[in-house]
Amino acid sequence: MNEIWAGLQAALFLVFTLDKDLVEITLRSLQVSLSALVIASAIALPFGTWLAIRRFRYRRATIAALNALMGLPPVVVGLIVYLLLSRSGPFGVLGLLFSPTAMIIAQVIIIAPLIASITHQAMRELWAEYHDLLISLNTTKRQRIFTLIRDGKRALLTAALAGFGRAIGEVGAIMIVGGNIDHATRVLTTAIALETGKGDFALALGLGFVLIALAMLVNFAIHALSRTEREGTW
Amino acid sequence: MVNPTMSANLSQVIVKRRGSVILGPIELTLARQGITIVLGPNGAGKTTLLKVLHGVERISSGSVDWSVPDELARQSQAFIFQKPTMLRRSVRENLAYPLQLLDYKKAEIAERVALWAHRIDLGDMLDRSAPRLSGGEQQKLALARALIRDPDVLFLDEPCANLDARSTREIEKLLVDAQSSGTRIIMTTHNIGQARRLANDVLFLLNGKLHEQGAAMTFFKEPKTPEAKSFLEGDIVE
Repeated sequence: MNEIWAGLQAALFLVFTLDKDLVEITLRSLQVSLSALVIASAIALPFGTWLAIRRFRYRRATIAALNALMGLPPVVVGLIVYLLLSRSGPFGVLGLLFSPTAMIIAQVIIIAPLIASITHQAMRELWAEYHDLLISLNTTKRQRIFTLIRDGKRALLTAALAGFGRAIGEVGAIMIVGGNIDHATRVLTTAIALETGKGDFALALGLGFVLIALAMLVNFAIHALSRTEREGTW
Repeated sequence: MVNPTMSANLSQVIVKRRGSVILGPIELTLARQGITIVLGPNGAGKTTLLKVLHGVERISSGSVDWSVPDELARQSQAFIFQKPTMLRRSVRENLAYPLQLLDYKKAEIAERVALWAHRIDLGDMLDRSAPRLSGGEQQKLALARALIRDPDVLFLDEPCANLDARSTREIEKLLVDAQSSGTRIIMTTHNIGQARRLANDVLFLLNGKLHEQGAAMTFFKEPKTPEAKSFLEGDIVE
């Protein structure tokens, strides 16, 4: 119990003194996870929507695979991205290993299936509602996807936030591909793992509280910006 | 853009679902003008017939030929469902949607939206969210959204089911106006009174087949088949 109390104190101290390292680590966490979120959303939101409206032969298999990929273990993703980006790997020439870019790539792979799957679930319902009208209006595939994305933005927001939650709290993959290098690839989660390993529980907890606060802040900010829960039931 | 030469010809159309025939075989030539009312008990294939004509129902055999190319025919038709689909947007955006799909200019969209909102008495509700309108208002909005493209042909599947007399009258007025400005109307209804008020000619479906057809006057006065006669008298026809 003492440690939690000390951790809270450490957190407050770090926040109010605007500790330089803390700010740097926090900003990097945000940079990596938000970039991963934007890229993953750009891929997964249209893909999930497309999957909801398109009938093709291996659709069921694709959906099953997508749902299975939601549970992809980050450590394994990290390992595979590591092998791909390492000097002897196929993308070794790019020199991306142990850089924030590598961390973003790993997180995109981890959260894209999650976002696509939630999107697909939500869009299926909306599509069932809109199906007859959009078919009757002779819409093109592209128009259908745009319409669904526009009108289903609440559900898409939920999907994106779930993805962000998973990305910001993820440690296994970014530890491997980022390397937890001070002033280069250290983020909140890897720093927490390190401080815990060193036995500095107060600092670890302090970072932990900052991480939780950050995740909540981003959620509230996105909700406020997109004005959800203000226009009634959708 | 009303095209007075648009007519349809169905030959040997059959629609099967899971092995059983739900419509057909049907031979039908649709006249070029007026309001056609499709009558018949539930499950007679009325909705299926409308969807076949609209081109959104897969037919198992036979052919549907519009007098214009298919693509053009689809573009100049509109369909109104029994339960109107409201886009989760404002009334204004619902009205604008079909025009936006065709890349109309912003100014023209605004002009038409204002005109139609006024015609359906929703002029001061443009910014309300459409799914929260009452049933009658939703159906009027759906009708305006269908007519805003000036379709040549308008299909309606029991548009006044579950509506009260006043909403029904408003919708009928919009339909008569649309018809007199040249839109071909084909609709199903269970309301014989409404059929009498609107119909120029009648298609009577029974068990997936076209049981009787004819001009409204003759059909309502002296139906040729006993089934149509008892249907009009309110008996249960099977």
